[in-house]
This record gives sequence, C-alpha cells and structure tokens, in this order.
Amino acid sequence: MNIYVLLKKTFDTEEKIAVSGGVIEDDGAEFIINPYDEYAVEEAINQRDAHGGEVTVVTVGDEDSEKQLRTALAMGADKAVLINTEDDLEDGDQFTTAKVLEAFFADKEADLILAGNVAIDEASGQVGPRLASSLGISYVTTVTSLKIDGETVNIEKDVEGDVEIIETSLPLLVTCQQGLNDPRYPSLPGIMKAKKKPLEELEIDDLDLDEDDVEAKTRTTDIFLPPEKEAGRVLEGDVQDQVKELISLLKNEAKVL
Amino acid sequence: MSEKIVVIGEARDGELRNVTFEAIAAAKQIQSDGEIVGVLCGKENLEQQAQEMIYYGANRVVTVAHDNLETYTPEGYGQAVLAVIEAESPGGIVMGHTSIGKDLTPKLASKLGSGLVSDAVEIQTDGDEVTFIRPIYSGKAFEKKVITSGLTFVTIRPNNIAMSERDESRTGEVTAKEVDITDLRTVIKDVIRKASEGVDLSEANVIVAGGRGVKSADGFKPLYELADALGGAVGASRGACDADYCDYSLQIGQTGKVVTPDLYIAVGISGAIQHLAGMSNSKVIVAINKDAESNIFNVADYGIVGDLFEIIPLLIEEVKQLK
Repeated sequence: MNIYVLLKKTFDTEEKIAVSGGVIEDDGAEFIINPYDEYAVEEAINQRDAHGGEVTVVTVGDEDSEKQLRTALAMGADKAVLINTEDDLEDGDQFTTAKVLEAFFADKEADLILAGNVAIDEASGQVGPRLASSLGISYVTTVTSLKIDGETVNIEKDVEGDVEIIETSLPLLVTCQQGLNDPRYPSLPGIMKAKKKPLEELEIDDLDLDEDDVEAKTRTTDIFLPPEKEAGRVLEGDVQDQVKELISLLKNEAKVL
Repeated sequence: MSEKIVVIGEARDGELRNVTFEAIAAAKQIQSDGEIVGVLCGKENLEQQAQEMIYYGANRVVTVAHDNLETYTPEGYGQAVLAVIEAESPGGIVMGHTSIGKDLTPKLASKLGSGLVSDAVEIQTDGDEVTFIRPIYSGKAFEKKVITSGLTFVTIRPNNIAMSERDESRTGEVTAKEVDITDLRTVIKDVIRKASEGVDLSEANVIVAGGRGVKSADGFKPLYELADALGGAVGASRGACDADYCDYSLQIGQTGKVVTPDLYIAVGISGAIQHLAGMSNSKVIVAINKDAESNIFNVADYGIVGDLFEIIPLLIEEVKQLK
C-alpha cells in the first residue's frame, strides 16, 4: 500500500505566544510535529506493518521543517518529502498549501493519505479535505479507528462526542483525531536509521507551479493577544458559606445564572 | 456592496442548531442590504426548518430533499449544496464551524476555487471591507483576516455571534430544489450516541469540566449532575482523559476542543497552559481546587479552595434551589 502522511511543524504546546508588530515571534521557540499529525504518522506505520507498502511523510514548509520530518522517519516512516516554499511564497493560506500538495500528488498513486484533523497553530482543518476534494478521492475527518480489509475501509469517526460507524473504500484521505492510537517515541536505533533514510527536497518550480497558481485568497492583517485576565477572587470562610456566596456572585455580579 | 449570501443551515435530531441562526446574523453583518438565502439538506420535511430560518432573518430558503441526505456525508451534502451555490452564484457563504461545517466547507471551497476563513468569532466591517477575527494557537492569540480574492466564505464559531430576535411576521419564499445525489462511496452504517444528553460541548452555555483531581470515572458523576442542574455539558482536561476517567471527546485544551461558554467551572483541574488555551476565553470562570497555588486560579474569576467532593454536592443543592 502506498501511504502518505501530511505533516506540519507547529509551536510546542508548552510555548507562550508573544506578538510583535502584528506577527508571532518565533525566535528561540521550540517546534514539534503538530500533535494531531503524530497520530497520522503512527497510524500510517501501523497500517504499513499490517498491510505492507511504504510510508512517505510530506510537509510544505521551510528548511527547518527537516527536523520534524526526521522525527517521523525515526518513528518508522520510510521516506520524506520537504516542499520548501520559503523562497517562493510569502503569505500562503490553506488554498495555497492545498494547491501545492495537489500538484505534488498529481503523479502519485496514493492508496491512503493521512493528516491531522487540525493543526494546533492556525487550526483551520482545511488542507486535508481540500486536497482529497481536488484529487477526487473520498475523505473522512476526525477518525478514531481505521480498519482496512482489501479495498474496504471501516472507520469510527468522532462527531462532537458521538461515534459514527462508516464504511468506505480506498483510495481515501483521513484526518486523525485523538484516541486513534498512542504515538510512539522514536527509539535510538530509529533515530540513527532516520539519518540515512531518503529525504527529497522540492520547490514549487519542481511541481510545475508558479506563484500565481497558488496565490492566497485570504490575508492576515494583524495578530494580537487576548487581554490578560486578572486573577479573580478566592472565596473564604466556611465551605457552605463559600458555596452560597459563589452562587450569589454568579447570579448577581456575573449574571450567568 | 449588496451581494447575495448563502447560509448553510444545519439540524441535529430534526431541530435547527442555534449556530444556523448565528450564521444568518453573521451574513447580515457582512452584507447589511444583500439577500440572504438559506440552504437546507435532509431526507424530507424541511419546510418547517426553512420557516425558522426565515423567522431568524433569511430572505428565502432553498431546500434539497433526497433519501441519500438522511445523514450527513461530504459527498452527499457536497453535491446538494454545490448545486444550490452554482444556481444562486452568491458573493458569500456562511456556515457554523461545527463538526459538519468543518468537514463540508473545505470541500466546497476547493470545488469553488475559493478561500475560506474558518472559525471566526467576530466580524468587523468598515465600508466594503470585512475583517474576520479568529483564534489561533487555541486562543493564545487572535488574528484578523480579510478575503483578498473571490468568495467571502466563512465558518463561525458557535456561541460567539449573537443571533437576531425570532420574528414570526417575517416571510419569505421556500423552494424545493431537485438534485440527484449519486455515487456515494462513503456510507454511515450507525451512530453510537456517547455525547452527554442534549447539550453539545461546543454550543454549551455552561461547562463543568473535571481534571485529575476528580480521581476516577465515578468521580465524574457529580459533575454530570451539576451540569444537568445548570443545563450545561461536561468537559475534561487531558489528564482526566489520559487517566481514562472519561472519553477523549470531552477533552478541552490545545489538543481537544476550544470552548467559550458563559460559565466554565473547572473542578480539580490544575490549569496547564494547554488546558488554559482551550477555555480561558470563557466569559466567567470558576475554579474549584484543593491546591491554592494551582495555575487555574490565575484565570478564574471566582475560586474556592477545598475538597471538590464536599463542594460539588453543596453546589448542586444550591443550584437546584435556585430553579
């Protein structure tokens, strides 16, 4: 089976966000594989181990994205592709990324494409379904179980807490939800092996695209932080009285009851 | 500018979701004098829902009924909604940023070669320029987005944009459109209900969330009772989900759901930065924790330091007396 994983690097979830001049400061920030994409990498490896084939991880990013690709290779992926848009594209949006990936997949025979359900930075969740749609293949988002039997695929999908039992077929794109699996940590031998695994670097020229084809449809004009929350009141006294006071505050001061 | 805007409605268990009405209000903000056309898909009996959309401000509604639209699939709904959009050629599209909205809109955007601003919480207009504000990094920051080319296509986060008053004197045309829905490769075989009865986490006005301090799945029972008494939903921290006290679908945080209810009651939650990202934009936050040094107290409007197993039953009593 030809398995692909769409991967994005994101800020470590521990990072505090600082903004300067309307942009996020990323100097010195730690980057990780988007946590939802880790489920995709883990699932791809498991499916390959069960059904044979090859796992290729693909990212649209910059030079530094190699680090996250190497991590995925260390987890067990076979090959990596870095589509480096750093020099060509200034302000891409989800339209842009999906177009770039569409061009990459144009001559690929993908049986299964896995992605995270959402990236924890921009959190639009668009690129997976956009790509499936332009490739003309089915997609299922927020999957929590994936069983492949020949061409038939049985899926459990999280729908706002309920579970849909879905039957569909390959070729297919899925986006991965928490609960699908427990992503492994790369082992030391895995890390050593990853250094020698193939990592191909492409630019948009190599995909027969030029900037106009992928020009963003939306633009970010500003980024700002929410107002700092002031620490509130910690109530005092007998527990019974505190509870009564809380109810009264919620009713009369905060007016939410 | 007075272009037409299409609002894609969404029902759950036969009732339109509030976010549909919020989407109509959002469409009005984007386009104060343009026509607002509702779209509804389903198996049958869509007329009453269509009337509701009109009462909340849609000028007219197009319904698409088909056996293959009984449950949502991106293929089925995609064909139906695209057929309406192609016939209407609107200047904009608005839908709720719900499970279905998140799933369907990127497909539509791809087919229409359009941009899409997902998960807007506020709309600002200055003449013809429309700016959308949306959370990024799970609400650790916000960005302002504008559409630079093509359709004004946006999904809005439930609970953030006020809906208009329901007005039964509003009238509008409801037309049924025939669309042949074919070639479905994806079939929903069954739906297992696990979500808390009635109130959906992303649309809940009140959320009672438990963390590791709740100590067990049994420990969550009083939280459900409190949530029921308040007409709210139960959520959880990652710690509680990882410890198997509850299902991952309840998780709130940077991984998991981002919520903005009117009232968020954090019970036995220490307040890791990842959890705060998912809830700190709630309007009022109450923290109940035995550790007075917990981070959660830094974002709480009101805090009680103490034993949650003692406090929650008392709270349930008080809330019940209130009603």
